[in-house]
Parts: sequence; structure tokens; C-alpha cells
Amino acid sequence: MSQVKLVMRFVICIAVLSTAGSFTEPVEKAKLNIRIEHFAGPQRLSLDSVEYKNALGQTFTVSRFRYYLSNVILKNTDGAEFQSPDYFLVDEAEPDSKLITIKGIPVGNYSSISFTIGVDSLHNCSGAQSGALDPVNGMFWTWSTGYIFLKLEGHADASTSPGHIFEYHIGGYAAPNNCIRRVTLNFKKKGIGIANDKTDELPLKADILEIFKPPTNIDFSKLSSVTDFHNATTIANNYEDMFTINADE
Amino acid sequence: MKLKFVYLFFFGMALYLGLNSFVENNPYFIITTKDVEVKVPAGFPKPVYDFKENKVTPEGFVLGRKLFYDPILSADSSVSCAFCHQRIAAFAHIDHTLSHGINGLIGNRNVPPLQNLIWQQNFMWDGAINHLEVQPLAPLTNSQEMGESLKHTLEKLQRNKTYVDDFYAVFKDTAITSENLLKALAQFTSLMISANSKFDKYQRGEEEFTEHELSGLKLFRAHCENCHKEPLFTDNTFRNIGIKPDTALRDSGRIKLTGVVDDYMKFKVPGLRNVAMTYPYMHDGRFRTLQQVLKHYADGVFYTNYDKSIEKNVGLTNQEQSDIITFLKTLTDEQFLHDRRFADPNFR
Ligand code: HEC
Ligand code: HEC
Repeated sequence: MSQVKLVMRFVICIAVLSTAGSFTEPVEKAKLNIRIEHFAGPQRLSLDSVEYKNALGQTFTVSRFRYYLSNVILKNTDGAEFQSPDYFLVDEAEPDSKLITIKGIPVGNYSSISFTIGVDSLHNCSGAQSGALDPVNGMFWTWSTGYIFLKLEGHADASTSPGHIFEYHIGGYAAPNNCIRRVTLNFKKKGIGIANDKTDELPLKADILEIFKPPTNIDFSKLSSVTDFHNATTIANNYEDMFTINADE
Repeated sequence: MKLKFVYLFFFGMALYLGLNSFVENNPYFIITTKDVEVKVPAGFPKPVYDFKENKVTPEGFVLGRKLFYDPILSADSSVSCAFCHQRIAAFAHIDHTLSHGINGLIGNRNVPPLQNLIWQQNFMWDGAINHLEVQPLAPLTNSQEMGESLKHTLEKLQRNKTYVDDFYAVFKDTAITSENLLKALAQFTSLMISANSKFDKYQRGEEEFTEHELSGLKLFRAHCENCHKEPLFTDNTFRNIGIKPDTALRDSGRIKLTGVVDDYMKFKVPGLRNVAMTYPYMHDGRFRTLQQVLKHYADGVFYTNYDKSIEKNVGLTNQEQSDIITFLKTLTDEQFLHDRRFADPNFR
């Protein structure tokens, strides 16, 4: 092969490659860390030790607070949506579980986030699963197949259950006891930019006092145990609005 | 004299070793790729169970079988799946009205047969379970049954070197996870397919029905078919057939799951294949014989809010009842009941 031919080939190659490159420029992907903090009104939640008051003034302590967070969708300022396929089990007792990382987000400017408290119906009917959805995590029911979306347990003097405990185990993916709740939070001001050179952090706050507040005020003497479909949607309706973006961070 | 004993000893040893290697290589227990092919019988619908997520392999099936017959899955290592689900009864439990679990505890439901599970949308008498794979979690974690927590079970299995090897061979994972445990069990139970009864042979034109069987089939199609739909003999719905709740068990059926008033005393329509082998009958095993079942339908003493379509059974004559029973007996599938693949591998 002559020298000229070789050079020609090289030039053509470069030309083809560079035009191809300009057509399929890879979308850059980035990460977002969501840092979740649990509050009881103005105070940080601490398990067992501190007494809080519900809206009726009844005192209580919390011994366990855990829930599923899933189907995170980020909406960018052009209206395009990115959905994360991951499921997260957030547990007050497990510090690592309160920092969740959303991966594979196209770089861009985002205006809102939405997510499910709980697990979508498809994944309640998908058989054996692993990771956050492993039944070994103790968030799975067999009296009626499905995930427990949220567990809140503790003590309240007003409770009439043995040992004055209260326990709310909320689940159910089908009507009329559907407890899947979606939360949408708009980023104020300019939105958040997600770039690939640094991992952004979104501070979320979940206030457990909201679980006792309207739509239905929870009275421990009347409702101390929810472990099946009875009253489950009542509690789910209450916690639907417990999340806010933690502005002072 | 002494020599005789020595001979006897050696003869015994030889017999033992011979038997042992006979068992190891016994074709009765060997599972080949052909043995685990899933064949949808002619006329059957598409299975509900999705094998794409859990492809059955000979090794996976053998592991599932081992687990099914192993009491290691229960807290005090006394109760295996097979303790309640007996092969000779199409994996129901002959003669116990209610299930018996560890420490002699009595459960609150009659043990149903295990067959044609891959066509079922819901499991248990009230449909509490929505997927074949997660079904074993109920007996594994129910204190009235196997009284064991899932985590502890996995730890027990993980400590057992043979199981670690078995699981690795199937799933290429040295950690025994709940997902793999459940999938292995499903590889075994999903192949429990019964579709070769006399009725099936009659349908395929391979065997003739007697006069009474034929009369029974006609009556069945007129009176029972709307719920016990062929070829699975269930339409997979939940119905109330006017059974009065037992005052001690207080089992009110599907309403316990849904809270919907209309679901009071509704139970899953059971598939009737091998029904002659699965006595006693109904969710609480209240009827010991098929005669008693037919009498319930024919007598017309129905408890509240029942499905009106059972009214057409009222007044079935003794002869008609007897013909229906004769027909029901043609649903016994000897091939399934004696299928070597499902035999207890410890019974060598
Ligand atoms: C203590 C007895 C007992 C043991 C042990 C047991 N089962 Fe069962 N099984 C039952 C009873 C009783 C039911 C029906 C329960 C109900 O309707 O609430 C059932 C239901 C089922 C069903 C649903 C069948 C249908 O048609 O809905 C499957 C599948 C099953 N068992 C598989 C298993 C497997 C696999 C194991 C071992 C991991 C096992 N069982 C261990 C008693 C038992
Ligand atoms: C309205 C729907 C319906 C009709 C019609 C109906 N069945 Fe049933 N059948 C059921 C339900 C539901 C059950 C389970 C009830 C329970 O467990 O309490 C059942 C249970 C049975 C059982 C017990 C099976 C077992 O494994 O325990 C037999 C046998 C039976 N039916 C036979 C018949 C026959 C024969 C007819 C016709 C004469 C008939 N059924 C008509 C719904 C129906």
C-alpha cells in the first residue's frame, strides 16, 4: 500500500470519527446525595430518650422509625424527567441509611424532586427480591403479601396497648387500602444544578410530628396499634406531608 | 461359628456399600435437563409464573427438593414442608383437618394440595399470598407453623457446608440469600404439574369414560363449571359457598385481608384435580368425604351472603351426586402422584 493511500485512509478515518462523535455525544451522568434528617417539630429526633408531644399534648417517645423511599424522579427545568430504579430503606437507627445516593442523573438544571414513601404495586407482586427489598429486612408481610412501607413504634402513656406501646406498621398497595403516597418538592429559587464534577447534596427533613397531625389528629388512647389495613390509610394520609427541603442547611 | 460371623459381616458390608453406590447413581433420583423442562399441557393457559426470572435447572430443582424435604427450615428442626404437604396426597395432608406445626401446634387452615401452582395468581385459601416465590415465607415466619425467622434460617443454612456448595452450584453465590432460597424452592414447586388424569386422557381421546363418569361430567359442567373451571378446575376467584364459619376458628375468609364487607366468608375456588386424594375438604377441613361436600351443595342450607350460582345445585339427587363423585375420581393423576422427581430424596 502506498504512503499516500495510507495517509488518505487515516484522514478519512479521523473525519468519520469526528462527525460520528458530534452526533452521539455521550450525555454526562452525575450523582445526587440526599441527606435525610428526622425531626420531631423543631428538635432532631432521638430514639427512646426524649419525650415529644403530639398535637393533643400527649407525650411519647419513639423507639423505631423506618420506611421505604423509592421511585425518585427528578424533573429538570425543561420538563424532562429522570427516574431512579433504586429502592431505599431509611432507618433512624442506621445513620448510613439516611444518606442516599441517586446515580446516573443526566447533567442539567433541576426544578423538583418527587418520590414514593413505600413501594410501588409492581414490586409488591414481584416474588423474591434482594437488597433493600429483601424480606430479611423485616419490612415484609405474609398475612397479606406486601411490603410494610413505614414503621413507627414507641411508648405513650396515653396508649391502652399492653406496656403503653404504640406501633404503626403501614402497608397496602391495592384499593381500598392503598397506602402508596407520593411526595413532590419544588426546589425554590433557581433550582439545583447537577454537574458531574461534584456531587450535589439535597438536605431533606422528615418531621414525625406530622404523622400525628391532621388530616386526622392521632389520639394514643384511641389508636395505638395499626398493623393491618385498619386505619392504615389514615396514617398514610397523615405522613404524606412529613417531608420538606431543609432550608437552613 | 466365628467364621460365619466374619462372612456375615463382610456380606453385610458389601451389601451396604453396594446399596450406597446404587443410591448415589440411582436413576430414580437423578434429575436431567429433560426432567426440568416446563411443558404447558395441551389446552392449559399460559402460566402466570414467569420462568424468565428463575430458570429451572436440574441442580436448582434438586436443591429445591432437598429443602422441601429438610426440617432444617423449621425452628426445632422437626417440621419440613413435606411434613404437611404429602406427596401421596398431591401434597395436601391426608386426614388432618387443620395443619399441625412445631411443638404440636395446630394451625387454623386445612393443608391444600400443591399442584399446577404456576397458573395461580393467588395462594392460600384467602389469597393472602400473591406470588409463588414468597409463599414459603408464610410457613417460615408464622409461629403457628414453622416458628422460624427468616434470618435464623439463612444462618442455619449458611453454617451447613453442603448447602453452601449446593447454593453456589446453582446461583454462583457463596452467600445464601433469601432470594436464592425462595427461588430454589420455587424451582421445585413450580414443576408440580398434574395434567394426566383419566379425564385428560378422555379429553385427548385416549381413554373411554363409563356411563356414570360421562353423566357425572355432564352434571359437573352444568352445575360446577362456572367456578371450578376446566382445565384447572378453578377460575381463580374467591367465592362464598354458604359455609357457616366455625365458632372456634372464627375464620371469615378474604374479608380479613381486604376489609371489604362483600368478601365475608369468601375463599379461593380450589382446583379439583386429585380431589379424591386430598380429603378432608374446605378451608377448615370440615368435610371428610366427597359425599359430604356434595350433600352441602345439594341440601341448600346456605349461610349468609353466598354466591347465588350455587342455588342450582340444590336438589341434586343421590344418583346425580354419586355420578358427580364418580367423575371427580377421574381427576386423580397417578402419574403425578407417583412422579419419581418429587420423591423424598432421603428415602433411599
Ligand atoms: C405446618 C404445616 C405446613 C408446613 C410446614 C408448610 N405448609 Fe404450605 N401450607 C400449609 C397450609 C395450612 C396452607 C394453607 C394456608 C392458608 O390458606 O392460610 C399451605 C399453603 C401452601 C401453598 C399455597 C397453595 C395454594 O394452592 O394456595 C404453598 C405453595 C405451600 N403451602 C408451600 C409450602 C412450602 C414450600 C413449605 C416449606 C417451606 C410449606 N408449604 C410448609 C401448611 C404447611
Ligand atoms: C359459586 C362457585 C362454586 C360452585 C358453583 C361450586 N363450587 Fe365447589 N367450591 C367453591 C369454593 C369457593 C370452595 C372452597 C370453600 C371453602 O374452602 O370454604 C369449593 C370447594 C369445593 C370442594 C372442596 C375442595 C377441597 O380441596 O377442599 C369440592 C370437592 C367442590 N367444591 C366441588 C364442587 C362441585 C362438585 C360443585 C358442583 C356441584 C361445586 N363445587 C360448585 C366454589 C364453588
